[in-house]
Amino acid sequence: MQYHTPGSFDDAVELAANAEGITRFLAGGTDVLVQLRADIVTPDILIDVKKIAGVRDITREDGGWRIGVAVSGAEMSEHPLLQKEWPGVVEAMDLIGSTQVQGRATLVGNLCNGSPAADSVPAMIAAGAWVSVIGPDGTRKVPVEDIPTGPGQTSLAKGELINAVHLPERGANGGDAYLRFIPRTEMDIAVVGCAVNLRLDGDKISEARVVLGAVAPTVLLVEDAAAAIIGSTLDEAALEILAAAASAACNPIDDKRGTIKFRTHVAGVLAKRAAKIAYERAGASV
Amino acid sequence: MAMDHDKTNGFKVVGTRPNRPDGVDKVTGRAKFGADAYAPGMLHAAIVRSPHAHARILSIDTSKAEALSSVKAVVTRADFAEGLTGENWNILENVMAGDTALYDGHAVAAVAATTPLAARDAAKLIKVEYEPMPHVTDVDKAMAADAPIIRAGAADSSVPSGLHANVVRYHESGHGDVATGFDEADVVIEDSFKTEATHQGYIEPHACLAQLGPDGKGEVWCCTQGHFNVQKVCAALLGTDSSQLRVTASEIGGGFGGKTVVFIEPVALALSRKASRSVKLVMSRSEVFRATGPTASTSMDIKIGMTREGRITAAEGIFRLQGGAFPGAPMEFTAMCAFAPYDLNNVRQIGYDVLSNRPKQAAYRAPGSPMAAFAVESVVDELCKKLGLDPLEVRLMNASKEGTKASYGPRFDRIGLVETLEAARDHPHYSAPLAEGQGRGVSCGFWFNHGGETSVSLALSEDGTAALSVGTPDIGGSRAALGQMVAEELGIPYEKIRTTIADTATLGYNEISHGSRVTYASGLAAIKASRDAVQKLCARAAAKWGIDEEAVVWEDGYAKPSGPNAGSFEPISLAEIASTMGQTGGPIAGHFEATPEGAGVSFATHIVDAEVDDETGQTKVVRYTVVQDAGKAIHPTYVEGQFQGGAAQGIGWALNEEYIYGEDGRLQNSIFLDYRIPVASDLPMIDTVIVEVPNPGHPYGVRGVGETSICPPLAAIANAVSNAAGVRLKHLPMSPPRIREALDQQANG
Repeated sequence: MQYHTPGSFDDAVELAANAEGITRFLAGGTDVLVQLRADIVTPDILIDVKKIAGVRDITREDGGWRIGVAVSGAEMSEHPLLQKEWPGVVEAMDLIGSTQVQGRATLVGNLCNGSPAADSVPAMIAAGAWVSVIGPDGTRKVPVEDIPTGPGQTSLAKGELINAVHLPERGANGGDAYLRFIPRTEMDIAVVGCAVNLRLDGDKISEARVVLGAVAPTVLLVEDAAAAIIGSTLDEAALEILAAAASAACNPIDDKRGTIKFRTHVAGVLAKRAAKIAYERAGASV
Repeated sequence: MAMDHDKTNGFKVVGTRPNRPDGVDKVTGRAKFGADAYAPGMLHAAIVRSPHAHARILSIDTSKAEALSSVKAVVTRADFAEGLTGENWNILENVMAGDTALYDGHAVAAVAATTPLAARDAAKLIKVEYEPMPHVTDVDKAMAADAPIIRAGAADSSVPSGLHANVVRYHESGHGDVATGFDEADVVIEDSFKTEATHQGYIEPHACLAQLGPDGKGEVWCCTQGHFNVQKVCAALLGTDSSQLRVTASEIGGGFGGKTVVFIEPVALALSRKASRSVKLVMSRSEVFRATGPTASTSMDIKIGMTREGRITAAEGIFRLQGGAFPGAPMEFTAMCAFAPYDLNNVRQIGYDVLSNRPKQAAYRAPGSPMAAFAVESVVDELCKKLGLDPLEVRLMNASKEGTKASYGPRFDRIGLVETLEAARDHPHYSAPLAEGQGRGVSCGFWFNHGGETSVSLALSEDGTAALSVGTPDIGGSRAALGQMVAEELGIPYEKIRTTIADTATLGYNEISHGSRVTYASGLAAIKASRDAVQKLCARAAAKWGIDEEAVVWEDGYAKPSGPNAGSFEPISLAEIASTMGQTGGPIAGHFEATPEGAGVSFATHIVDAEVDDETGQTKVVRYTVVQDAGKAIHPTYVEGQFQGGAAQGIGWALNEEYIYGEDGRLQNSIFLDYRIPVASDLPMIDTVIVEVPNPGHPYGVRGVGETSICPPLAAIANAVSNAAGVRLKHLPMSPPRIREALDQQANG
C-alpha cells in the first residue's frame, strides 16, 4: 500500500488519475480506516488530503458557506453562525459516531462512503447543497444528490475528488431539520433518516425539500412529499399527506437493522416530525 | 475460646465503602489485561474460521502459509490430543473443528507468525475445502421432524424416545398434580414466549500469551474467570500434565460467565509447542461474537392457574433451549428457576436441550433463569390484570418463604423474597404517578448461587501487614470485599491487606469465579484462614505469657488474656507478634481449603417504568429500581454496582440485543454497531435497595449478588412495555419493529 500526502488538489488529482488498483482518499478516515482494519477494503493507494491548504476552513461564500473537505463534525458544531443558519445540516453531521469520531469525521467522507444511511447526506440535499469536484478535466459543480449512485458507489470518475461542500445562502424565513431513527439514543446507524428544509411566506410554506435516508439504495429527494406541504400551514391534513408521500417513496430492504414495513412506516413518522421542527425554526427566524 | 462463631453485627470494616484496590491501576492504565503481556520473541496468532453454518471439511491446505518465512507454525485438529471423551471432547471439538464445521465462525486452523499482520495474511492463504450441509439455527425448527441432524447419537439417556436427534438432554421436575390444580383455578392463562440469544458483551475480547515446551512444561497468561479450569482443560486438550502448566489470570475486562470456558488458550499452546516460541492470541470483536459463547435462545410455553383472590393453584412450563452445536444449554436451570419465587402445591416443568448450528453457548449471568422469569412473570402479570389484582400483592400472597418446598425440590432455608417484595411495595417508586405513554412493570427473580472448591492462603508480614492469596479472579470487586473480611477478623486496617489473585502453582484447586460464589466461598475461606492465623497469633502470645492458648482472646488486632483468671498481661498487637515470629516458631500464615455448600439462594424484585413511542415502537426506560437480598453487603458500593449491572444488561437483552442469523446460517451482526448493547445515554440512573436477610451458610450471612440482578429485568421491562403500549410482547428483544408489529396486529384485530 502506498500512502501519499499531496500539498495541492492538483497533485492529489494527478496521483489518483495515475493510480493503479484500489484508490481511497483519506480525510477523517472514520470509514476508510475502519474498513481497512476490518479487512473490508485494503487500498493500494491511500491519498491523505489533510495536508492541502484550506481543507479545514469554513468560509463565507456568496452569502452561503464553503466547507472544506477535511472540516470535522466538531468544527461544524462549534461554528455558531453555521449552526444558526443551517441547524439541520449541523445536527445531522453531529449525530455521526462518538465525540472522538466527531473530531475527525467529515461531510465529504460521509457523502463519498456512499451509504444510503449516511446522516449528513439527506440534510445536505434538503439544504440544496452542492459540491465542487476537481479532476483531470478541471472543476465542476455537482448537486449533492447526484454524487451517490448506489450503496458504496458514487458518480465520481477516476482521478476526481471533492474539495468542498457549498451551502446556499440561508435567506429569510427558512428552517431545516434532520431526524433519524435508531433503536438507541446515540452511537448507531440510521434505520431511517429524514431531512426537511423549507421557507415560509407568512405562516404558509412557500418552498420545501424533503429527503429520506436508509429507505432505498440511495438517499431520496421526495418531490411528492415536498408538494404535500407547500402552500400549507403544516396542518394535520398536510402532515398526513406528507407522511403518506414519504412512505410511498420508500423502497427499503429487510435487514438486521429494520424491516421493509417498519422503515416505510417510520419514514412517514419522521417526515412529519422533521417538518414540524423545520417549520418552527423557519418561524423563529422571521 | 470460641473461634468459629458467626458474626451478624458489630462490624467495623464490613459494610463500609473503602476505595477499590484496583482503581488507581485501572484509571492510570497500569492494570494488565489479557492482551497486555509480552514475551521475548513472541509470535502472533490468527485463526481460520468456517464461513459456513454446517459443512464437512474435505481438506485443509496449509502449504502456501507455511512457505512464508514469517510463519512459524500452523495447527489443525491433528495437533491436539486424541481419544478425549465427554466434555473435554466437546471443548476440543469447539476449540478446533474435527471433520465438520458446526457453525459460522467455527475454528478450523490457526497460524503463528512474526507479526499480527503477517499472521492475518497467512491465515488467508490457508485453503479449506468445504462441502456445505443443511443447517438450522432456530430452536423450534431444530426440533422439527425435517431438521438436519447436527450430530447423530449425541443424546443422553435422559431423552425420551420419539424426539428429534437434536434433542440431546431432557429434564422434568415438580410436585403435586397440576391437572387438579388447574381445576381449582378461577382463571387459567396459557401462552408461548421466545427469547433470542444474547452475548455477555464484555468489553475485553479474549486474549492470551502462551508457551509450551517439548518437555511439557508451559505457562499461560490469559483473561479468564477461572485459571485453574484453563489449566485443567488445556492439559487435557494438549495431552500434558496439569501441574506442569502454570496459568496466571490477568485483570479482566468483563466476563459475566462468558470467560468461564476455554476458546483460544489451547490453540496458542499448540502453536507454541510447534514453533518453540511464545504465542500471543487476541480475538477481534467479530470473533468474540461469532465463536465464543452467547447465551441460549429459548422457546417456552407457560400455563398458570389462579383463584379470584390471587392464589396460584398450579403452574406448568415447557422450556426449549438451543445452546449451539453442543450439549449444555442450561434448560434445567431455566426449568428449576421458573417458579422458584412461588409457594406452589402443584408445579411441573420440562426442559429440552437442543442442538443447532450456532456457537457453543456459555454461561451468562444466572444462566437460563432470566428467560424463565420473562415467560412466567409475563403470565402472572396477565393474570393480575385479568383479575384486577395488584401484582406485588399477588406475588406476596404466593411468595416462597423459609420452609416452602421449592418448585425444584428442596425446602428453602432462610430466604428474603418477602422482604424484597415488601421493600418494593413500600418504595416511593411503586406509588409514583406515571406520565402519558408510560407503563410500570414488576417482576421477581431467583438464582441458586454456588459454593464450590476453594483454597486460600493468608501470609502475615513482619511489619504487621497481611497478604491474602485467592484463586478466584476478581470479576466484581472481590479483592475489596475479601480484604474487608480479613481486616474484620484480624483487627487491622483494610489498607494493611493486599489481596492477590494467585496463579495455579500457588494454591489448591479453585473453581471458576461463577455462580456468584466468590464473595461467599472465597470470603468464607478468607474468614476461616484469618481465624487460622489468629489462632496461631494467640498461641504465640500464650507461649510468651506462659499461659494456655485457650486463655487468650483476639480483639481489635490484639491478643489479650481472656479474663482475670488468665492472668494480667499487656495486650500484644498483631504487628508486635509478627515482628518476632521468625524467632517464636516461624512464619505465620492462615489457610483454608474446602468446598463450602451453604451458598444461600437469592431473590430480587425489580420495578421499571417504560415509555413507548407508539409511532416508532421505541422504548425508553425512564425509571428503574432494583431491590435484592444480599444476605450481608460487605462492600455496599460493589453490591449496588452488581444490582445496576444486572439491570443494565437486562435492559439490553429486553429491548435490542439479539443474535441475528441470515438464511445462510451466518451471523449478521457480529459488531457492536449492530449488536446493540445499551450505551450510557440509553439508561436511567438505576436505583438500588439492599435487603439483608443473612445466609445461615456464611459466617457473616453473605449471599452471592452478581447474578440474581439479571433475572427480573426481562420480565419487569416486558410488563412495563406491555402496560405502556397496551399490547403484550412475547418475543425478546422488544425491538422497535417487533413492538410496531404487535401494535399493528392488535389494531387489525
